[in-house]
Amino acid sequence: MPEANRPQFRNIHVSDLASYRLPLAGFVSILHRISGLLLFVLLPFILYLLDSSLRSSGTFLYLQEFVKNPLVKLMILALSWAYLHHFCAGVRHLFMDRHLGLDKHSAKNSAVGVFVVSIPLAGLIALKLFGVI
Amino acid sequence: MAENNIGPKRLVVGAHYGLRDWLAQRVTAIIMAVYTLILLVRFLLAKNISYEGWVGIFSEQWFRLATLVVFLALFYHAWVGVRDIWMDYIKPVALRLFLQVATIVWLVACAFWAVQILWRV
Repeated sequence: MPEANRPQFRNIHVSDLASYRLPLAGFVSILHRISGLLLFVLLPFILYLLDSSLRSSGTFLYLQEFVKNPLVKLMILALSWAYLHHFCAGVRHLFMDRHLGLDKHSAKNSAVGVFVVSIPLAGLIALKLFGVI
Repeated sequence: MAENNIGPKRLVVGAHYGLRDWLAQRVTAIIMAVYTLILLVRFLLAKNISYEGWVGIFSEQWFRLATLVVFLALFYHAWVGVRDIWMDYIKPVALRLFLQVATIVWLVACAFWAVQILWRV
């Protein structure tokens, strides 16, 4: 049987991840998925924040103390980064759906653009959260 | 079989649920993006974000309704995305079905939670 000797190309295995070098657009793509999952997982946290901020002036004051906890600050930072990345990568996706910027060169440039917008903004939020600015 | 059945000439068959979810994910994304900009502008234009100022934004009926619509858009958007993740990585059918049902139950519960939060203001 000649089929038996044919090499098989399947999806990569988890153990191959370390040896695969993704192009920049690949990082935007996988981080789009990771940030989306993170936002989904943090959904109860988001609703809890909105609930306490609106319920009463008492819960609002409590929330002001609650967000001083460094762990809560980190969660808010994770949330902010995930939203920013998901937002920017999503806008990039919408342009690509319109068949804009599909070639290799512009796809790389827009991938750079996603990081150039999302990472410094997340950095600003981090500085604000931890009281540097 | 058609010789050149790609792009607009592609022969579309099946239940179309792939196209529906694809489109729904994009429409809900645009709704959320527009709302994000509106909320950001309102937040930045507010003089001081005291409790009264913050509640004031959410006590207008149109903004409450807009927020609820955005939450519903978010939950549908999250359903399409999270289901994609389960379909891609969770191979055992029983576990995948369980996760998909759990996701729906959870998102529906979140929708009612969002209604409660918004209309208690």
